[in-house]
Amino acid sequence: MLTDMQSLEQIKQGYDKTVKPIQYRIIICAGTGCVANGSLKVFEALKKEVEANGLTAVVTLEDCSEGQVHLSKSGCQGFCQMGPLVTIEPEGILYVKVKAEDAAEIIKTTLIDKSKVERLLYVDPAHGQICHTQKEIPFYAQQKRIELGDCGYIDPEDIREYIARSGYQAARRAYAKMTAQQVCEEITASGLRGRGGGGFPTGKKWALTLQQKSDKKYVICNGDEGDPGAFMDRSLMEGNPHRVLEGIMIAGRAIEADFAYVYVRAEYPLAVERVRKAVEDARALGILGTDIFGSGMAFDCEVMEGAGAFVCGEETALMASIEGQRGMPRPKPPFPAQSGLWGKPTVINNVETLACVPLIITNGPGWYRESGTQGSPGTKTFALTGHVANTGLIEVPFGSTLRKIVFDIGGGVTDATGEIDPDAFKAVQIGGPSGGCLTKEHLDYPLDFDTVKKIGAMVGSGGLVVMNNKTCMVQIAHFFMRFTQNESCGKCVPCREGTKQMLLLLEQIMEGKATAKTLDTLQTLAEAVQKGSLCGLGKTAPNPVLSTLRYFRHEYEAHIFQKRCPAGACKALAMPEIVAELCKGCGLCARKCPVGAITGERKQPHKIDADKCIRCGACAQVCKFNAVTGV
Amino acid sequence: MCSSCCNAQQEQVRRFEKVCRILDKHQHNPSRLIPILQEVQKEYRYLPEEVMAFIATSLGISPAKVYGVASFYANFALKPKGKYVIHICEGTACHVKGSGKIKDALFKKLNVTTENNTTPDMLFTVQPVSCLGACGLAPVMTVNEEVHGQVTPEAAMAIVDEIIKKERN
Ligand SMILES: Cc1cc2nc3c(=O)[nH]c(=O)nc-3n(C[C@H](O)[C@H](O)[C@H](O)COP(=O)(O)O)c2cc1C
Ligand code: FES
Repeated sequence: MLTDMQSLEQIKQGYDKTVKPIQYRIIICAGTGCVANGSLKVFEALKKEVEANGLTAVVTLEDCSEGQVHLSKSGCQGFCQMGPLVTIEPEGILYVKVKAEDAAEIIKTTLIDKSKVERLLYVDPAHGQICHTQKEIPFYAQQKRIELGDCGYIDPEDIREYIARSGYQAARRAYAKMTAQQVCEEITASGLRGRGGGGFPTGKKWALTLQQKSDKKYVICNGDEGDPGAFMDRSLMEGNPHRVLEGIMIAGRAIEADFAYVYVRAEYPLAVERVRKAVEDARALGILGTDIFGSGMAFDCEVMEGAGAFVCGEETALMASIEGQRGMPRPKPPFPAQSGLWGKPTVINNVETLACVPLIITNGPGWYRESGTQGSPGTKTFALTGHVANTGLIEVPFGSTLRKIVFDIGGGVTDATGEIDPDAFKAVQIGGPSGGCLTKEHLDYPLDFDTVKKIGAMVGSGGLVVMNNKTCMVQIAHFFMRFTQNESCGKCVPCREGTKQMLLLLEQIMEGKATAKTLDTLQTLAEAVQKGSLCGLGKTAPNPVLSTLRYFRHEYEAHIFQKRCPAGACKALAMPEIVAELCKGCGLCARKCPVGAITGERKQPHKIDADKCIRCGACAQVCKFNAVTGV
Repeated sequence: MCSSCCNAQQEQVRRFEKVCRILDKHQHNPSRLIPILQEVQKEYRYLPEEVMAFIATSLGISPAKVYGVASFYANFALKPKGKYVIHICEGTACHVKGSGKIKDALFKKLNVTTENNTTPDMLFTVQPVSCLGACGLAPVMTVNEEVHGQVTPEAAMAIVDEIIKKERN
């Protein structure tokens, strides 16, 4: 049993001794992105090549001997766009876009000839500079990876590796050396704020729950991550599950709970598997159990898989779901701190929030406050996606600017063909279905909880979807409205009916059927839904509409008054045109047109009458010369 | 008695045997309803009506409650699914990268709709989902649990054709 520091130290020393004779470590990214691009095949190919070169490949760390090569899989390393990623330690050489066919050359050149495979190194497109290691790549160099630090390095399935990197020492300190009060105070002093969306101070939440007198209390780790376009929590659970578990344990210590649930969404089977394994391994070592680090206190944990409902990310709905009910929210108060799971005091925190906790306990609140701003200390992970050159998982201090994220780390905005276009930036959607848009004017604002809220958006879970100028903002508003309308649980009327009506109004706008009054109705309705809904889902559902109305009103107006979609994306408003240079004047389109909108002399370019055209697209379909555009 | 209906009865018993084992594992605890339904669905790939009724009786709750929970969550299927379940992501990142076109192409090719999403030969079920958590590779689709990133309508067609070819042989 692991009862004191000694045992953690023993495991660490045992591990260090085991890996000492290892000469090279090859780390293959096995995050979802890299796996989709074939990284598991790369892993097998590399293993085969290591052996073909007369070296011994070890996959599980047992009795290693001199000169061996350790092949390990890591969680998401963040640079999904460039995957599969292969890192070779000790030098830290990083190969990008590796294919199974490259394995032979990689092993021969790197391990045998002690050189580098130039063509697989990352080249910075801005300066043409070759980057040999992760640190040299601008995508990584501009970040501050504290929470994600070990994520792309350690083997998430090997608890010894986590312990060797000082894992579980914070939990040990919290259980063996600190009082519950002290744990709450440390977290309060660090200024840590909840990453689940609201930004509520974590220490305060814990202290409130600690005050409650009850024979049973619960900790819940919210891994529902329903915001489409976000995958930070997934990467943490898959890449460093023990860090999350350690955070959960410390939360348990802080509120004097002895049981936790980890609620993971069903779409993340690998995360479920990894967290389950982490719990089992910790239990086997006695890290979880009845006498944690000799403190006499007990703690255990169960992983529960969600069943596919966005609203279950909301804390009261999530608790209903654990209790075996339909996942419907209930009014607050009482807050979970007073009456949560099965009526008992409960603390519910987001995955990322909990992953920060061991770092704070280990390094102290002062260290944590070195990054970020006064009001939002620390760093934040973001999922950077959409029309941006480097998509992936990033981490920056709070208060970094959008410009830094999109242009320096993200490498700039891309056009429809995926090429970088310096003028293509239009907006960034932040905070998912509850959030809003940030535009050109916000590029130099500091990104932190309070500033983003002032602009009418929210940091939310941290999904950043970059959009280029070919994106129609009315469509984006419609997209989120359809999402929330779909996910509304139906309990309260403003949300159930209001979102439906808003969706219809947006459809009218996109189809050119709206009138001058539509926008006013939309705005009034949005405000009513915001005020009248029961839970956060309804209260925030109108945000994407209100935010796009605020910054892109002219686009709405163009749809309504000029029946034109400025981004050229709305099908119903598309205006077919015949390109004179391509038209041979065969007359086929004119004969096909059901409303006689096309005219022209034989062998001469034809024309479409905009007033008559019903935009059915028949002309484009029959044209043999692809001369009809815009449908 | 004819042999075919005896077989059918035996089949029924065997069906519930598995359910019983799952119920036992969860100690017939009604608050474990969701994990129970999940495990049952793993066995049958959907939740047959008579199985839900059986679960309700065993847990001492009303069938309406079981059905209520099963119909609330998107991951519970009340109709049988095809052998290959294709999830096409409609999340934000995938949406802006054009996942709508892929969905249209798949619907057209397999002749399915949002309501009728399984092909008559029970080979494919196409289900749009809200985010698969691989947004860095948008647009994303999964076939059973295999993830395909940066999919184009053409690539999606090729994946489907490949499966059809494999199944024919
Ligand atoms: C509709 C809705 C969906 C939510 N989804 C999530 C989610 O997926 N993950 C999450 O951690 N919090 C989510 N939240 C916030 C939770 O209710 C809760 O505030 C959070 O888990 C608290 O953790 P924190 O204090 O660490 O942020 C959601 C809230 C609402 C209203
Ligand atoms: S938005 Fe498609 S995978 Fe996340």
